[in-house]
Amino acid sequence: MIPVLPIILPLLFMVVLIFTRRWLAFQQYFSLLATVVLTLVSVILLLDVQQNGIATLQMGSWPAPYGISLVVDMLSAIMLVTVSFIAIVIMIYSPGFIDKGRQSAGYYPISFGLLMGVNGAFITGDIFNLYVWYEVMLTSSFVLIALGGSAEQLRGSIKYVTINFVASIFFVAGIGILYGLTGTLNMADLAFKIRAAGHIPHMNGALMLFFIAFSVKAGLFPFFFWLPASYHTPPIPITALFAGTLTKVGIYTMFRFYSLFIVENALFWKSFILIIAGLTMTIGVLMAASQFDIRKILSFHIISQVGYMVMGLGLFTVGGISGAIYFMVHNMLSKTNTFLAGGLVYQRSGSYDLKKLGGLYKASPLLALLFFVPAMSLAGIPPLPGFFGKFFLIKGGFEAGDYLITAVAILVGLFTLFSMVKIWNEAYWKKEPEEIKKGKLSRRAIAATGLLAIAVVLLGLFAGPVSELTVEAARQVVLPELYINAVLGL
Amino acid sequence: MLFLFAILIGVLYGAAVYLLLRRNIFKLVLGLIFLGHATNLLLFVAGGLTRGFPSFLRDIPGEVEKMADPLPQALILTAIVISLGVTAFALVLVYRFYSVTKTVDLDELSENE
Amino acid sequence: MESVILQIAARHMRPLLVILSLVVLYRGHNEPGGGFIGGLMLGAAYILYAMAFGVEKTQKSIRISPVALTGIGLLLALVSGLPALMEGHLFMTGEWTTFFSGSSFELKLGTPLLFDLGVYFTVAGMLTLVMFSIMEE
Repeated sequence: MIPVLPIILPLLFMVVLIFTRRWLAFQQYFSLLATVVLTLVSVILLLDVQQNGIATLQMGSWPAPYGISLVVDMLSAIMLVTVSFIAIVIMIYSPGFIDKGRQSAGYYPISFGLLMGVNGAFITGDIFNLYVWYEVMLTSSFVLIALGGSAEQLRGSIKYVTINFVASIFFVAGIGILYGLTGTLNMADLAFKIRAAGHIPHMNGALMLFFIAFSVKAGLFPFFFWLPASYHTPPIPITALFAGTLTKVGIYTMFRFYSLFIVENALFWKSFILIIAGLTMTIGVLMAASQFDIRKILSFHIISQVGYMVMGLGLFTVGGISGAIYFMVHNMLSKTNTFLAGGLVYQRSGSYDLKKLGGLYKASPLLALLFFVPAMSLAGIPPLPGFFGKFFLIKGGFEAGDYLITAVAILVGLFTLFSMVKIWNEAYWKKEPEEIKKGKLSRRAIAATGLLAIAVVLLGLFAGPVSELTVEAARQVVLPELYINAVLGL
Repeated sequence: MLFLFAILIGVLYGAAVYLLLRRNIFKLVLGLIFLGHATNLLLFVAGGLTRGFPSFLRDIPGEVEKMADPLPQALILTAIVISLGVTAFALVLVYRFYSVTKTVDLDELSENE
Repeated sequence: MESVILQIAARHMRPLLVILSLVVLYRGHNEPGGGFIGGLMLGAAYILYAMAFGVEKTQKSIRISPVALTGIGLLLALVSGLPALMEGHLFMTGEWTTFFSGSSFELKLGTPLLFDLGVYFTVAGMLTLVMFSIMEE
């Protein structure tokens, strides 16, 4: 029963929030409570998976290859916990930043729609069902990104909707071809059949369609341009929620698909993915260096850091994958945190443009600290989690003997530090410009950002215990037989 | 039959890409609709073009073997529902955009960047 | 745009379409039909009415807002999974009961129908929500 809760609870909360949409104060507190409940459920699920192995549930009692299976392995459980924790922070942060109009237009219920889609994508064991959850997630994100409807936002939304719809079309086309080739859609059954058949003609075509679909959603190298063109348009909590969750769902799905479906031509896929990872890292970080809007710098960094996760996937060793999963958790927390801190900067001084900012360190050391922690974490300074994430990945790279990509990863790390120092210098250390606005900071927003910063620090301090979890998750990814047997009951 | 479908799907994809590349945003939405249709047909063909009974069980012995594969149809139905939702949303979005900016030109969309 | 022909047609078509949509909904489990198509028909009935009489008047005559209709639909779909749990089966397992069994009025009701009803309301709600928001301007 528990594996289905992360899907039906958000649905239930969404329904409650739909009926109470006129009472804003209630909505604020209820959604906070709801995300706390969701996090508790995810933690219980994580502990359950840690003790009893992969948890499965056959929806509607239809046995495995025929019905829809829900599967929670260590990787899904870790992602569920991280996402619902981020949701708590966003819910504390939102009231001060989302105006009343947007709140009563359905900000809260739609956020839970988004969470339902994200959780569904993490849990489902059926390819077509995965597509449906993707669409639930995307449709909610469409509404969120367009909510309020200023001209700039609509401009970003049209790009966002178009590119994501096209990506979904690639996904469905891949599903159609895969079904034509194998006659099944259950992921475990598919993996089993692919392994039993040995060689399936045209398999690479279907896989490439999936790869394009997910690399659009994740913002990988040739398909990242939409992300910085749209992410900076909605209010900052929405951007932070997207930055923390959406691209990571794409990465998660890539992990799942790579582990289950790539049997033939493994060498081609490995080098292909490593090349894409290297290009994504480099180009993302270089483009970030040329920007002056805080939100745009951070958006380009999403791309660069997605490259690190894909690098871990390309290595496909327990060390590499475990590093990538740890990096993913760190990135979800730190990235959301930098966006939220950026939002505070905006609230304080009325601009995201680095050229118009300055003197914030002197004006508010607390604000500076709240940005400093996640920014240094992203740049990879010990003892913050970004350091350990990169350390695990680079160690994995050396162990796997892929020196080139490892060298790229180290260099990109330096450039990330450069961007973060740039924001720091311009916004915090530079002399305060004359005409700067002195806005009042929302206490709730500071509390939320502080909570997340504490979580980032803790993730770094407890890197050892957390990496035990990620190693277990990586083991389940590297050995897909565990997943297949758990679902099919072999 | 398969050949005809291949041509049809190809034409639909071609038309969709052409429309997506137009500057007019209403044509962009039309392009999205065509893209959805082409893919639904692709799902239909990928499931195998077999002639058979509709898959509703009746008490006729041996009917199961003669049934058409119901799964692609279920998939297409779901895909249609989803593309209906996305299309409806895209229409509202484009309409809002038009009423805010009084233009349908994608070039003016990227003006202030 | 006021059209007498459309207004008369819409007034008479609406109840017919609503009843027809319910028929389509009920036969949906074993025959062509179902919640989605039924919901589209229900939505179409009210969109036609709104075309003839305007959105405001239609909203008043439905009494319930499209958003709430969607909420009810989602709730029903969610609730349809629960009876299975009370019976000790897995979530979303179909549970059936038969009324008047043996007679010619035999009526089979089950949780899949409840789920379909949820789909029916959700689709109708979303459709009218989108169309009304376009038509209002």
